Order: sequence, then C-alpha cells, then structure tokens
Amino acid sequence: MSIDTETARRVAKLARIKVEDAALPALAQEFSAILGFIEQLNEVDVEGIEPMTSVTPQRLVRRKDVVTDGNQQAAILKNAPDAREGFFAVPKVVE
Amino acid sequence: MTDLSKLTIASARDAMRKGEVSSVELTNAYLGAIEGSGKLNAFVHNTPEIAKVQAEAADKRIKAGDAPDMCGIPLGIKDLFCTKGVLSQAASGILEGFKPEYESTVTTQLFEAGAVMLGKLNMDEFAMGSSNETSVYGDVVNPWKIDDRNLTPGGSSGGSAAAVAADLCLGATGTDTGGSIRQPAAFTGITGIKPTYGRVSRWGVVAFASSLDQAGPMTKDVRDAAIMLEAMCGYDAKDSTSANLEVPNFEAMLTGDIKGKVIGIPKEYHMDGMPAEIEKLWADGTAMLKAAGAAIRDISLPHTKYALPAYYVIAPAEASSNLARYDGVRFGHRAKLAAGDGITEMYEKTRAEGFGAEVQRRVMVGTYVLSAGFYDAYYNRARKVRALIKRDFDDVFAAGVDAILTPATPSSAFGLGEMKNADPIQMYLNDVFTVTVNLAGLPGIAVPTGLDAKGLPLGLQLIGRPWEEGDLLNVAYSLEQSAGFVAKPQKWW
Repeated sequence: MSIDTETARRVAKLARIKVEDAALPALAQEFSAILGFIEQLNEVDVEGIEPMTSVTPQRLVRRKDVVTDGNQQAAILKNAPDAREGFFAVPKVVE
Repeated sequence: MTDLSKLTIASARDAMRKGEVSSVELTNAYLGAIEGSGKLNAFVHNTPEIAKVQAEAADKRIKAGDAPDMCGIPLGIKDLFCTKGVLSQAASGILEGFKPEYESTVTTQLFEAGAVMLGKLNMDEFAMGSSNETSVYGDVVNPWKIDDRNLTPGGSSGGSAAAVAADLCLGATGTDTGGSIRQPAAFTGITGIKPTYGRVSRWGVVAFASSLDQAGPMTKDVRDAAIMLEAMCGYDAKDSTSANLEVPNFEAMLTGDIKGKVIGIPKEYHMDGMPAEIEKLWADGTAMLKAAGAAIRDISLPHTKYALPAYYVIAPAEASSNLARYDGVRFGHRAKLAAGDGITEMYEKTRAEGFGAEVQRRVMVGTYVLSAGFYDAYYNRARKVRALIKRDFDDVFAAGVDAILTPATPSSAFGLGEMKNADPIQMYLNDVFTVTVNLAGLPGIAVPTGLDAKGLPLGLQLIGRPWEEGDLLNVAYSLEQSAGFVAKPQKWW
C-alpha cells in the first residue's frame, strides 16, 4: 500500500508530531516501505484465530478499588517543565 | 590490585566473602576503568557517590556474614530504568533532565541485595534500535575492533553490552523487546538472557512495547547470568503482568548435565543468504550439545517468517500508545512556544524536538496501524499472527522439545554508520532470530561460542520453555563449557 503525503500529514497530526511540509514526501515514502513489509501478513491464514491479548495464560490480578497512594504533590510536580501553585501549567486550552 | 578482566560476579562474590578484596576496592577500580573509557561512550551518567555509599554498606554486610550473592557487586544500569534522583532519560531528548522520584522494582531489588550502581548506561532512544545509533548521547562504540572502523555494540542495550565486554562493570541490566539484550550480547562476546514475560517486573522501566518488554541481566558468563537474574526476578504487585511464581535458585541448577534433553533445530531459521560462518557456528553448537548427551531433533516453526512484520505492527502500536505520555506537561522537555501557540502546538513542537527520527517513525507507524479503518487490517491481524507464532512454539514444546538452538544474529558486529543509508527494514532484520521469542513471551539466552574470520564474536541463542529459565541456563552452561569461548577485546580506548 502506498502512502501519500496527505496521509502522512494526517498521521503526523494524529501522533501530535510537527512535521514540516518539506519533510512529508520522504516520510510518506518511509511509511510505504514499512507498510509494504507488513503486508506480508496478508499471506497468513488467520481464519478462526483469536487475536492474542495475554502473553502468558494468566488473568490480570484484581485489587480492591481503593486509594493506595497519594499526598505526593511535590514529588509529582518536581519534574514538570512548568508548575505553578501546585498545578501543572499549560498554554490556555479554553477560549 | 585485582585484574578486572578476569573477574566475574561469582568469583568477586567468593573473593569478597573470603576477605580477599572489598566492595569498596572493587568499586574504586571500576570507577577508574569507567573514567578511562570515554571513547566507548557506554556510561553516560556516572554515580560514584552512590556507588561508594553502597559499597561501604555492602562491605559491612559481607563482614557480618549474611550477604546475598549480589552484595557488593558493581553494576551498570541501563538508562531505561528509573533510578531515584539520578538522570533516567531513556537516551531521549524528550526526557531531558528527568530525575525520577522513585526507584524501579528491578533496581530496588538489586540494591536491596547489596549491588552497587556505578552509573547509567547508554542505549538506543527508548530502546528502539539495533545499533545504538539512535541515542541522544551519541553512538556507543563496541570494545571489539579489527581495523580503523568503530563497530556497533548492537542495540538497544549497547551501552550495557560494551560496558560488560570492556570490564567497566561486573554485570549490567538490559531490556529486550525484540532482541535488545541478546543481539548486543552476541555482538560483544558476552552472555545475555531475556526471561519469560512476567518473570521480571516492568515497574519503573520506561515502557516501549508493554506486551514484549522484559528486563534481564547482561554478564560475562552463564553462571553470572543465573546469579544476577535470580536477584532481578520475582512477583511485583505494581506490574499487573508480573507472575506470582517461586523464583528458583538458578545457579544451583547449573550442573552441566543435559543428557537426554531434546534440543530442537528449527528449519525456518536457515535464512536465505545466511553467511556460511553463521551456518557453521550453528552446526558446531548443535554438535556440542549432541556430544554432551542431548538428543537433537529437527523441528518446524512454520510462522517464523511472519514474526518481524507482526512485530513491526505490534511494537509500534504499543509504543505510540506508551509514548503519548511525553507531552511536555508532566516531565522532561517542553518546546519554546511562539506567541499565539496553544496546547496542540505545544504537544506537536515538543514531540518533534524531543523524539529522534526512529522514535518518531515508530510512533507514527503505530498511530497509523491503530487508526480508524486500519485497526483490523493491521493491528488485529498482527495479533492473530502472533497467536500462531506462539502456537508454533507451544506445539514443539508439547512434543517434548526442551530447548531450541538458533543463531543469535545474522552477522557479526557491523561498522557504525554503515547502515545509515539503508532503509529501516534492513536494520530491523538484525532481530530476525530473536523477535519470535518476545512475541511468544519465552525465555531466550545468547551465549558467545566463536569468532568469525574477521576475529569478531558470534553467539548462539537458546530458547526455553516458559518459566524454565533454570533448565535453559543449564543447557546454555553446557554449551558454554563445550564452546570454551575466552576471547576478549584488546584494550584500545
């Protein structure tokens, strides 16, 4: 399957990665090569096969839905690029 | 002073217990070796202060006579592991300056066992790569050298492999999503084991592809791998896929007796165009196991060919989801914004600046295969193929095969930069023999067994039944004994 520059632009947007217009054709070409490689999977007969969801045959362990941790505001904000008054700070989201 | 090139975890443990050497002495010797190893670019954040405190504490425990096996052993820690208060950047610009407020379960367990952290080790960015050329810290150089060229140590655990091979530490932590422990181990002439999925806690290890990632030890020999693996294993309630199983004494299982064990030789691993040297290495290894009393059986793993394409759907899909957290809000890098930029521009600029080319490529491929309209065609199909790959292994194990012998890599170490202009798929082919093991969640170990005509190390891979790392290590131990690989790189750095 061949990926065009418009699709590459859309994927970059979905992935929230800024890609300059000039870089889109090369990116589209790379995607096409990788997806071409992946297309081999169409040769496999997967009729009646369930998609693998668990690597080892075990059920995920459940725990009580209770608070197990907390009161670590300072530790949580410690690595933030911008934290103010106990919050993560970001550019204005709502007009 | 102790000759670091001859020391192993086991011999250092024994020497420390006998009082022949202290952990402080060993630690200082390794810190000195690291100081002089800048050309290799393996250690990227040295932690001598932490190491000295840990070594002093270890010496006290050893004197008191109740020290675990790893007590006082100087280690390198891959940058992917979160270490409290110490830079943990996954070799990525997007985690610039990140000092976790917590300690990963693996490093917690190692430190509780008395191990000493010398520093953090270079790697491919977010563990995505097979040559350690995608790191924000620059390339790692393989201590093995045969001409003017600098060779790759492999990846993604390239710093770990180079550090162990160059005697900069006694062992190192690695992680393996598609071969990232086993391929660099093979390229540097050391031993590396990826345990069964769920054996080692993933908590506090920066996630790449959560259903494939497993941490494991990279060491000088099989005995050391057994000792260090035991300290890393165990149930952890903080990892929802951690297995609540007893951890055996792996070292005690190293008898070298493999009489009657059935070793499978999968015909699909004879790849077109495989170098004759690799074929010979494999045949020699097979003969060694046979001579040690194992029964050799030809087997078929029919879906092997589809492992790499399935991997390159599943791993990027999981990566695109895991790496969504790097948004410039909670930690790491945030791009400088222009007037009028909103939150979307902040995300897009931050991720474009912070992620390297290979990481961007995989995140976008993952985004594409998970996007509306393609989810079934790509992602679900890949997961079905993955189920078939696992079934191939289940079938041969059910038929009585104890372990499977394959080459570890399709070649020896190549030159840094030599793959620069190759398309990404050429680089992905490095993992052709190892990636099946991650998809099936099995344990796999790479053991050095020979040198190629150029004088570079080559390794074989053994694949074991789930949860039977002990048996697998024992077969590897037998192979190691028979191969008698003792070559070391000449110091040039």
